[in-house]
Amino acid sequence: MSKEKQGVLGWVDERLPIVEFWEAHLSKYYAPKNFNFWYFFGSLALLILVMQILTGIFLTMHYKPDAELAFASVEYIMRDVNWGWLIRYMHSTGASAFFVVVYMHMLRGLMYGSFKQPRELIWLFGVLIYVCLMAEAFMGYLLPWGQMSYWGAQVIVNLFGTIPVIGDQLALFIRGDYVVSDATLNRFFALHVIAVPIVLLGLVVAHIAALHTVGSNNPDGVEIKKNKGADGIPLDGIPFHPYYTVKDIVGVVVFLFLFSIVVFYFPEMNGYFLEHANFEPANPLATPEHIAPVWYFTPFYTVLRAIPNPFGGVVAMGAAVMILFFLPWIDKNKVKSIRYRSVLYKVNLAVFLVAFVWLGYLGMQGVTPMRSEMALRMSELYFLFFVVLGVYSTNRSAFYYIKWFVIIIGIISAYDLYRSNAEIAALVWQTWLVPVAFLVVALLGAAFTNLDQDKTVPERVTE
Amino acid sequence: MKSLARLIVSAIVLSTSTSFAAGGNAPAFHVNIDMDNRASLQRGATLFVNRCLSCHSAEFSRYNRVADDLGIPQAVMEENMIFTGRKFGQTMTVAMTTENATEWFGAPPPDLSVKARARGADWIYSFLKGYYVSEDSPRGVDNLMLPGTAMPHVLWDLQGYQALKAVDHQDEHADSGHAAAPASPFELVQEGKMAAVQYDRAMTDLVNYLVYMAEPAQLKRKSVGVGVLFFLAAFGVIAYFLKKEFWKDIH
Amino acid sequence: MTKHVVDTSRRKMLTTSASVVGAVGAAVTLWPFVSTMGPSARALAAGAPVEIDVSKLEPGQKIQVEWRRKPVWIIRRSDDMLATLGTMDDRLRDPNSTAPEMQPVFAQNETRSLKPEILVLVGICTHLGCSPTFRPEIAPEDMGPDWVGGFYCPCHGSRFDLSGRVYKNVPANNNLEVPPYQYLSDKVLLIGVNAEEGAA
Repeated sequence: MSKEKQGVLGWVDERLPIVEFWEAHLSKYYAPKNFNFWYFFGSLALLILVMQILTGIFLTMHYKPDAELAFASVEYIMRDVNWGWLIRYMHSTGASAFFVVVYMHMLRGLMYGSFKQPRELIWLFGVLIYVCLMAEAFMGYLLPWGQMSYWGAQVIVNLFGTIPVIGDQLALFIRGDYVVSDATLNRFFALHVIAVPIVLLGLVVAHIAALHTVGSNNPDGVEIKKNKGADGIPLDGIPFHPYYTVKDIVGVVVFLFLFSIVVFYFPEMNGYFLEHANFEPANPLATPEHIAPVWYFTPFYTVLRAIPNPFGGVVAMGAAVMILFFLPWIDKNKVKSIRYRSVLYKVNLAVFLVAFVWLGYLGMQGVTPMRSEMALRMSELYFLFFVVLGVYSTNRSAFYYIKWFVIIIGIISAYDLYRSNAEIAALVWQTWLVPVAFLVVALLGAAFTNLDQDKTVPERVTE
Repeated sequence: MKSLARLIVSAIVLSTSTSFAAGGNAPAFHVNIDMDNRASLQRGATLFVNRCLSCHSAEFSRYNRVADDLGIPQAVMEENMIFTGRKFGQTMTVAMTTENATEWFGAPPPDLSVKARARGADWIYSFLKGYYVSEDSPRGVDNLMLPGTAMPHVLWDLQGYQALKAVDHQDEHADSGHAAAPASPFELVQEGKMAAVQYDRAMTDLVNYLVYMAEPAQLKRKSVGVGVLFFLAAFGVIAYFLKKEFWKDIH
Repeated sequence: MTKHVVDTSRRKMLTTSASVVGAVGAAVTLWPFVSTMGPSARALAAGAPVEIDVSKLEPGQKIQVEWRRKPVWIIRRSDDMLATLGTMDDRLRDPNSTAPEMQPVFAQNETRSLKPEILVLVGICTHLGCSPTFRPEIAPEDMGPDWVGGFYCPCHGSRFDLSGRVYKNVPANNNLEVPPYQYLSDKVLLIGVNAEEGAA
């Protein structure tokens, strides 16, 4: 610190600690040396955030948040503005890419226990970022003012209307009108381009600041700060810069390559990134036959549809997101990384992933009795993941597992008994086997086998 | 992991069939779109301004852009393809007012600028080939793709009139799903100026043009993409060796 | 961790080439963003050259058309008006229209026009952008006894003669701008494209 500082850099540094900042967060921030593939997605998410803000700024210069003009102004960007099509496709593809990357980033956290003590706050900020992203994506999707924009917004805002007592007033308040209209478009624009991005940026800063306070987790789930050399540097740590900057550049280029393939050759992604019906201008008098949300919302949309009672569905959907906040206090198992967790833990996580993807798939489909049934069963598996995770927190007696087995089967069966009728009985009791089979493996397996035994975590990272 | 991948693939394949749902029936015919066939695009553009643009606008499409992209000289465009008193740099609007349109057709004919992106090429192609004689319909014709459509069969002089074939074959195939492409459900009852093959080719040109018009940037997009991907590939190689060089310290 | 010998020259070479290629990529990426801010196809279409029939224009009469959203005046000057132009030199700042950007080359003459009688001007004062008024009358009370007709800017009092040439000692520094134009025929003017380009 007492070093003589010279030149412009020295002059600035005496007034603003840029060197200190550079050292604290890059050149002397020690990250575990064993980061693998899954650790690219954090920096990629940051890249996409910057890209969305940049492209967004330039889109704002040409877009008109007015129900009469919005659709035409998007086509104006696509045709008349120099390179407008590129900026717009980068933004629309970026939205989907953001969710791809964030889902991978979250999965990484799940696999390696990055949400556990002492990183609970990082996880909380992360889930907040995810919720903000959903709000941002939802409001952004209204802006092109196509049929899907309009009816998607109409349906989602009406969800708030299902809340008892205050629902109708609340929905009216959100729209600022009796239907989704110019007023709604205008406020969604304001929220999309200013309010939510500011919150998002703040949360990202908090997320990274919290990370750099406690240090990064790694695929072994070992705390590298516990093994420091004589110089006070973690033995398994390497400076983020240059080692991870050069590594992340490789990740960025590979990502940009894939991203460019979509932007330049499949910008609609077969209707998944830009829905076909959204090329019809919004028409409040004609609902499209098949309203499906964009792919990144479909898992939660299916949870919503799994419960016939509208408010019940909203509660279930809300719970499916909100439960993520509680993850650090649900899974209190000391072993962080999937590498050293039990076989049954891996089964639980695998089933959760299958259920999540299946939920996403069902959300894109029309409704049939079989699909509705599977929607419920997959939603049950989604929530059971967290229950089983909690049960696995410490080693328990066989009785404890059996107790939980009986309780959960009881709850599921009671609900099935309540909703079953002659028409759907066969379907209900056939698919009843889905959660039951899972629980037999996950809980009875834990009670009667040693497949629930975690392995010993090594002292140092393994690579 | 493998089963997961298979599940994702099947999810994508299964759901593509519903992705164009926007009212009307699933396309009966398939059309091959070729953005590199400039002659086809030019013929399609000629057909479009002569046959469609009198009622349907394309209010986001500019004449000069079409001329530029399709290689049509300005003079040719101005003399032979602009009938509405619009200028070369202006958009393709129609003279017909909304009131007139509503009076004549019951609803104003939709703007066609981005129709091909909303409906898909196959649907529009099937629609253009989908008119058949129907006594139940006030205009004497109906359309298989959009039953009850307000649009008359404006291309009857080219195609002639066709009728639905007797339904006996249809029933047998109804349950087998849409796996096999069915033979044409129509038979010609009055010949037009064009033979069936010619008409199909003309409609292919027209749909080709409509697909171009729905996204004029696609011509440029694909060629820019090549450059970007080449650059990223080259940069990727350098980045890879850079990473490898630094990581010698670690491993 | 530090057992091997670091090949610093290779490392430097790779770092430099990655930086250079990366910077080139970033710069090229910037280009589409910057160019979105240029005039769009719609703006270009709205700013397209304007055709105007001048055959009905009476001597002394002024008409105004819009070109690139700016007022353009077309005035048919009478013989009396043209006669005043030669007498003005010592009252004008730049009687020979030497400032190159204020008119096409063909208008660097006393009448500042292709055909002597037809004057085409952008109707915006070269001082601060007001639109001057056309004052063809001789020696009206408010303009003073020396006034032989011309343009007067009400904002800051700049004066111009009947060729749009600026007077000395007024706020404006430059003659009024003559836009590019040409004659498509005897009757029809095209504003926005220069005679040289068009004739070529």
